[in-house]
Amino acid sequence: MPTDPDGPPRSAGKLALTITINGEVRHLSVAPTTVLLDLLREHLGLTGTKKGCDHGQCGACTVLIDGRRVNSCLVLAVMKDGAEVTTIEGLATNGRLHPMQQAFVEHDAFQCGYCTPGQICSAVGLLGEGRARTPDEIRELMSGNICRCGAYVNIVAAIEQVMGAEDSRSAAA
Amino acid sequence: MNNFEYLRAESLGQAAAAAADPATKIIAGGTNLLDLMKYNVERPSRVVDITRLPLKDIAETEAGGLRIGALVPNSDLAYDERIKARYPLLSSAILAGASPQLRNSASTGGNLLQRTRCYYFYDTATPCNKREPGTGCPAVHGQNRIHAILGTSQHCIATHPSDMCVALAALAATVHVTGPNGSRDIAFGDFHRLPGDAPEIDTTLRPGEIVTAVELPPEGFAANHTYLKLRDRLSYAFALVSVAAALRQEGGRVVEARLALGGVAHKPWRDEAAEAMLAGKPASPESFAAAADHLLRDAKGHEHNAFKIELARRAIVRALGQAAAGTPQSQTDKRIR
Repeated sequence: MPTDPDGPPRSAGKLALTITINGEVRHLSVAPTTVLLDLLREHLGLTGTKKGCDHGQCGACTVLIDGRRVNSCLVLAVMKDGAEVTTIEGLATNGRLHPMQQAFVEHDAFQCGYCTPGQICSAVGLLGEGRARTPDEIRELMSGNICRCGAYVNIVAAIEQVMGAEDSRSAAA
Repeated sequence: MNNFEYLRAESLGQAAAAAADPATKIIAGGTNLLDLMKYNVERPSRVVDITRLPLKDIAETEAGGLRIGALVPNSDLAYDERIKARYPLLSSAILAGASPQLRNSASTGGNLLQRTRCYYFYDTATPCNKREPGTGCPAVHGQNRIHAILGTSQHCIATHPSDMCVALAALAATVHVTGPNGSRDIAFGDFHRLPGDAPEIDTTLRPGEIVTAVELPPEGFAANHTYLKLRDRLSYAFALVSVAAALRQEGGRVVEARLALGGVAHKPWRDEAAEAMLAGKPASPESFAAAADHLLRDAKGHEHNAFKIELARRAIVRALGQAAAGTPQSQTDKRIR
């Protein structure tokens, strides 16, 4: 990598990137143009995150960066040096599905399944934000995830189930 | 996208010096810039990442307002307790736009600097005076349903796409910028420009100037405001017409009004003459209609967007009514009351 003795990293060649993905610290070398979505899918083989529109309009590429849901198609990987990324592959723990994954299965909240990883990551982000209480609020705050099969009714039901379970757990605590 | 040199800015001065080169682009959230780079609409040879700069705070000002750092994400701004309590119009407008994912990434400064969503601007196979100056504007006689009705020129009828900026115009915010020759403040109404014969220039920023903050004055019109956005689907779509309305009232009469429209012009369209017409008048549909007529006095429709004139007229009357009644438009329950 060409270096500028007077300044920070500055290069059109490969750049060093340290990024934690699903709990694993990765030391990588990426081109400036590498987008996080392509890093995940093409460089690291994490193909659970889907490329839909590639322009931030469909939500299929949604991942969590430092706990916040974002469109990974509109993120330059090199800008996320030091960040923690969670993809659909990182949600299950010890072979057990994340409650949101389990709820999507139970409610049949998909048809073709292409948007599903993004829907689930977005829904996990939504839960963390804690701003949706009603079905109307869930619908509005999930509007960044398009499902062309039209599984919306069951997606809302799945999210409501996980929210309800969380509420009863906190009420019992 | 074309290859570029990446520079992570460690100081504002370094970023401003780099940004003075027209082939350099500043990146923060990247939600618009990367979109445009993927379409080859933007082809910077160098991208300067400013996300490590300390521009992420929302702070009280001595005047009693708030100063919003340019890197505050749209979502953090919309949900900030001080913004929700004192500037709910701004919070509402932000939540009317984009999606939660985009709002998590998109920055305050970037929202101001986002480019039009005109189809022809985005399509590099067509001419566009904004993208390639001097090539012509296919929108004037083409597909122009989403285009402007106010302040257009024969060279460009594009609209500014932001919702947040419509609220900032109505609130009379100030934009703080820093450039190679120092810092200055720009009144929000002077920040964006009309297309005229240079539609390639969206703002009055000078080469190398970087938005560092947006300052809100003390008056937030928290009691009587609304952001009413009309679009082709209920969520996650750009405005055909949007209205930010804010009032101060006493005894059923308007003391002060603010009125700005989105989706109708090359910049957030605030009309101070229409606002002045409302001062001292009863907060009634008749007063609101007169202000709407005045605001739209020079509106000009094109083949597919003439409907926007009547839509805007009705949206203004409805929005002022919502503001007067203290019942702002919900951005969740989309029914318009």
